[in-house]
Amino acid sequence: MKLYFDHNATTPVAPEVLEAMLPFLRAEYGNASSIHRFGQRARAAVEHARAQVAALIGCEAAEIVFTSGGTESDNLAIQGAVRASMLPRKHVITSAIEHPAVLTTCHAMERESNGVAVTYLPVDSQGRVDPEQVRRELRPETVLVTVMHANNEIGAVEPLAEIASIARQAGVLLHTDAVQSTGKIPVDVKRLGADLLSLSAHKFYGPKGIGALFIRKGLSLSPLFFGGHRMGEPRPGTENVASIAGLGAAAQLAAGNLETEARRLSALRDRMEKGILERVSDAGINGPATGMQGGEFLRVPNTSNLYFDYIEGESLVIALDLQGVACSTGAACSSGAIEPSHVLTAIGVPALRARGSLRLSLGRQNTEEEVKQLLEAIPAVVERLRALSPQVPDEKKAPAEKAVPARKG
Amino acid sequence: MSSEATRLLTGKERRITVSPERKNPTVVVGMSGGVDSSTAAAVLLSRDYPVVGLTMQLWDQRRLAEVDPSLPQSAEGRCCSLNDVYDARRVAEQLDIPYYVVNFQKQFEKAVVQPFVSEYMEGRTPIPCTLCNNHVKFDQLLVTARQIGAELLATGHYARVEFDAARERYLLRRAVDETKDQSYFLFGLTQEQLSRTLFPLGSLRKQQVRQLATEHHLPVAGKPESQEICFVPGGDYTRFLEAYQREQGTPLSQIDGEITSTDGKVLGRHSGLHQFTVGQRKGLGLATGSPLYVLSLDTANRRVVVGEDRELLTETCLVRDCNWIAVEMPTAGLRVETKIRHQHTPAPATLYPEGDTVRVQFDVPQRAVTPGQAAVFYQDDLVIGGGWIMDRTD
Repeated sequence: MKLYFDHNATTPVAPEVLEAMLPFLRAEYGNASSIHRFGQRARAAVEHARAQVAALIGCEAAEIVFTSGGTESDNLAIQGAVRASMLPRKHVITSAIEHPAVLTTCHAMERESNGVAVTYLPVDSQGRVDPEQVRRELRPETVLVTVMHANNEIGAVEPLAEIASIARQAGVLLHTDAVQSTGKIPVDVKRLGADLLSLSAHKFYGPKGIGALFIRKGLSLSPLFFGGHRMGEPRPGTENVASIAGLGAAAQLAAGNLETEARRLSALRDRMEKGILERVSDAGINGPATGMQGGEFLRVPNTSNLYFDYIEGESLVIALDLQGVACSTGAACSSGAIEPSHVLTAIGVPALRARGSLRLSLGRQNTEEEVKQLLEAIPAVVERLRALSPQVPDEKKAPAEKAVPARKG
Repeated sequence: MSSEATRLLTGKERRITVSPERKNPTVVVGMSGGVDSSTAAAVLLSRDYPVVGLTMQLWDQRRLAEVDPSLPQSAEGRCCSLNDVYDARRVAEQLDIPYYVVNFQKQFEKAVVQPFVSEYMEGRTPIPCTLCNNHVKFDQLLVTARQIGAELLATGHYARVEFDAARERYLLRRAVDETKDQSYFLFGLTQEQLSRTLFPLGSLRKQQVRQLATEHHLPVAGKPESQEICFVPGGDYTRFLEAYQREQGTPLSQIDGEITSTDGKVLGRHSGLHQFTVGQRKGLGLATGSPLYVLSLDTANRRVVVGEDRELLTETCLVRDCNWIAVEMPTAGLRVETKIRHQHTPAPATLYPEGDTVRVQFDVPQRAVTPGQAAVFYQDDLVIGGGWIMDRTD
C-alpha cells in the first residue's frame, strides 16, 4: 500500500509539466538573457510561462517575478516593501497563523536596530482574521499588511478582499501568501485586492525550487539579492528556464480544471472526514469544519486537520507511514519541533490535543478507493497507539495486557 | 557474511525461537549514529528481523549557548548533534530500513537533565546514562516502538538478555567483551522491559563489531566513540550546571563554603559543592604536606570534608530504590560481587535487606563509595540487581 495524503507539503510533478520542462534540460540550454537564438528560445519560454502564471491569477505578465519558491517570494515581498518605504518608523500587520516564511521574516525585521514594529493579529476558532481588527491596528507608520490567503495546516481561507479594502483605504500595501490556495481555489489578484502575492509551483504539480511573486504595476521593492539586474526586475540571476517552464505549465494545468477538481476533492475530503470520525472516538476536526458558505470557500477543498485525543501525532505519522500511508502532523517544516503547532495554538486547541493532531491533504491522484483504504488503516493504528498511551484515562482503557508476555515463537 | 563474527552471531545467544511459518517480530533499533547501534541494526537485519530505525532527539546542543556563549555548541560524535542524526540516517539508507527521528526533548529534560542537576546540587554524583535507560530508552522509546507496530526494542549496548525458563525470569548478563560491558548502566530494567529488549552486540567483541560494520559497508565503521555525557558539551559538567541553572532563572548564588577536615578544622574555601566528587584529589586548591581527598559533601553546611586516602575506605553502604533482575527479592546474607562505579572491579560483599533499602557489607573496605552512583550486584556474569548508593552511613 502506497497512499500519499500530504499534498500540502508537496505534490508530484504532473506529466504535462515534466514534458514542458524537458526540452530546457536537453537541447534548449540557452541563457534567457543571451542575444543569440539559443537565448531567444529560452527567453520565449520564460515569457510564455510568465503569461501562463499571470493568467492563473488574473494579472499582467509584467507583474510576475520568478523566485526560488514561496519562502523567497514572502521574503522579497515583506523585506522589499518595508525597506522601500521612506517612513522613518515602520509598522507591519500580520496574523498569528502565518507560515514561518512570513513569521520569521517579521521576527527578524523586528530585531533589526532600525526598529520595525509588527502586530500579530489573533484569529478565531476557525482560523480567521477579523478584518475590523486590521482597521483598529492600523497606525500612521503602517507600511504593510501581510495575511495569508489559505492556511497550510488547517486550510482556513482568510477574508482577504475585506482586509484588502481596509488596507487600500489607509494607503497601506497588502501582501498575501497564496502558496496554499493557488491551484486549489480561485486566486484573482484583483478580486483579492492584493498588491503582492506569493505562490509556489510544487504545491500545484510543478517542480520544487521555483515560485513567483506578483508585484502590482508601479510598485517598487528593495531587492534581496544583487546582481545583473535587468530593467525593472527586482530579482537578479540567470533564469531557471526549465523550472520556469514547469511553473507555467503547472499554472495552465491548474487553471484548466480548478473548479471540477475543487468540487471533487471537497466531496472526497468530506467523505474521508466523516468516515474517520464515524470509526474513531475522541476525535474531531481542528479549525473550519465547513468547506463553503455563500459561494465562498472557508476552507481549501483538499485539507483536513484532525485531532485524536490521548496520542502523539508524531507516533501516529510514523505508524501510518510504516503501513504505507504518508501524511503529516502539520507543517512539514516544523516536523520534529517540540512545541505544539502555532496554528493550532492560535485557534485555541489545547497543547495536548494539538500534539495528537494529523493533517491529511488530498490531491489529484487520490481516489475513492484510496480513501477507503485509509479508512481501514487509521482506526486500527489509532487504537494501537491508544492501547499503549499513558495519556488514556482509566475508564477508557481496554482490558489490561498480560504483565510480562512470554517471548517464545 | 562469512566472517568469524558472523558465525558467532548465529549461535546460542539467539533466544527467540522462531517457528518457520511465523515471521520474526519487528524490532525498533535505537540508533545514535554511532558504530555500535548501527551494527546492531545490521546484525538484526542479517538475522531476518524486520528493522525500523529510530533516533531520539534528546537535547538541543545550542540551547545553553545563549546563556554561556563559550560553551561548545556541538562536539563531534555526540548524540543529538546534527552530525549524528545525519550519520544514523545514512546508515539507515545503506541498510535500506525505515528510519525516523522522534523528539523526546521534554521527557529527557524531566527524567534525566533535571535529576542530574539536582543530584549535583545535593552533593551527589549522578549517572545520567542509567536514568536515560530507565526512563527514556527502555520506557518512552519502547512505548513508541510498540505504538508504531514493533514488538521488540534493540540497542547497541554491550550486555546480554536471556530468558531462564526454570526461574521464569529474564536475565541480564555481562557482555562477552568485558572491556565494553555496559550491564552496570542497565541494572534498572524491569522484567517487562527486558522481555522486549534485544542486545545484538552482547556476544561480540568490539573488534568484531567494527569488522561487521565494515562488512556491511556502514558509513560509520571508523567513527570514534564518545565516552562523555551526551548532553554536556565538551564534558565540562560544572559549566553545564551553572549555565542550566542560569537559564532556569535560578542562578547559583551563595554556594561557596568551607573545606574542612573530618574534625571540623577549616583548611580553605570552595566555590560550589557541585564541583566536587567523593574521592576527588585535584582542584581542591589546598597546599598541605600529604595529599588530601574529598571524603564527603555536607550540603546542610555547604562543606567539603577532606581527609587522607585511607579515610575514603568504607566497609558498608546503604543502597536505595533497588531493582532485582535474577531474583524476586534477595535473601539476607546473599553473596554477590558489588560494582560501585562503572570503572570498578566488583568487590565481594554480602547483602542485607533492611526495609526498602539494602545494606552492602564489603569483605574488604572499598575506596570512595560515592552517593548518587549505582551499586550493581553480580554473581559471576549475572546481574542480580542494583540500586542507588545513599549518603555515607558511617
